[in-house]
Amino acid sequence: MVNLIWLLMLAIGIVVAALNGHIESVTTSAMKAAELGVEVAIELIGVMSLWLGLMRLAEEAGLVKGIARIFGPAIRRLFPSLKPDSKALGAIIMNLSANILGLGNAATPFGLKAMQELQKENPTPDVASPAMITFLALNTSCITLIPATIIGVRLKANSVNPTEIIGTTIVATGCAMFMAILVDYLIRRRRKL
Amino acid sequence: MNIIAEISRWAIPLLLLLVPIVAYFRRVPVYESFVEGAEEGFKTGVRILPFLIGMLVAIRVFVDSGALNILSHWLRPLINMLGLDPDFAAIIPLAIMRPLSGSGALGVATQLINEYGPDSYIGRLASTLQGSTDTTFFVLTVYFGSVGIKKYRYALKLGLLADIIGLIASVWIVTKVFY
Repeated sequence: MVNLIWLLMLAIGIVVAALNGHIESVTTSAMKAAELGVEVAIELIGVMSLWLGLMRLAEEAGLVKGIARIFGPAIRRLFPSLKPDSKALGAIIMNLSANILGLGNAATPFGLKAMQELQKENPTPDVASPAMITFLALNTSCITLIPATIIGVRLKANSVNPTEIIGTTIVATGCAMFMAILVDYLIRRRRKL
Repeated sequence: MNIIAEISRWAIPLLLLLVPIVAYFRRVPVYESFVEGAEEGFKTGVRILPFLIGMLVAIRVFVDSGALNILSHWLRPLINMLGLDPDFAAIIPLAIMRPLSGSGALGVATQLINEYGPDSYIGRLASTLQGSTDTTFFVLTVYFGSVGIKKYRYALKLGLLADIIGLIASVWIVTKVFY
């Protein structure tokens, strides 16, 4: 499915650019996007090294285990397939906390770390495990308490009340998150995963 | 609300302060352990690079070509069919863009907010929608890519379902709260 979507985006983009008479824009778009990819990755290396370094400290000091012990029981219900002493749990909790607090660039390193830990417990290395799918569903639909970026945009556009959308945002994400958890649970139960 | 903003402001400095102190008192060689952990950051960054580039190129070419506008145009009759406000059509490009690209969606949302005004229906809806869903497609491809997963199973459908729920819920709650 991903292969098809990727191909369609690329092919439709090129055909539409040709029909609109600006085929040369494809060249600039493709080159610029490739450069941007490197920029994003390099930036991520910096932030990621910082957070993974700190995470290692927290792990060796026993803090991650502590956090997993406090929040683990609630989160674990969503991940019945995880091992009892799973290292993924700590990273998952850190990722969700960062998401909730709106610390986007701290969330990604923890998220990628969680994926690595989940992959260690995955019996089929090239197929997504149910725990991974649950984690990604949670991660992409996670509530953010303060959508700081969009509040900034509203402020600049002279909104009378830039923060009035916080409540609606929380409700909307709450619905999405609830449905993601529910449907994920139903799928797992039906497929006996 | 102010409390939450304060927590967000203090979270990182406090983590940077408390974690090393606790680790030090638990006899962890703090600096060496930090460096060891940080090394993983480089490896992960390099590993996701090809996935980032692959996705960004396809998304950029698709968006810059104007295909998004054509797609939105085609979806307009659907809005009328559902009996929704015709103004609502302005939100379609954002709804399509949101799962694909974070910076792209922010661009569309910013443009909508400036064009319609932050306190208009479209402005509020765009703000809510931007804050309430994530770049599902992008996150999935990069996260799965980073650990070598090729078969996503039902992950994409589940993620996009959550996005659609987020869209419907955004429309519902914005209409209910503000109108």
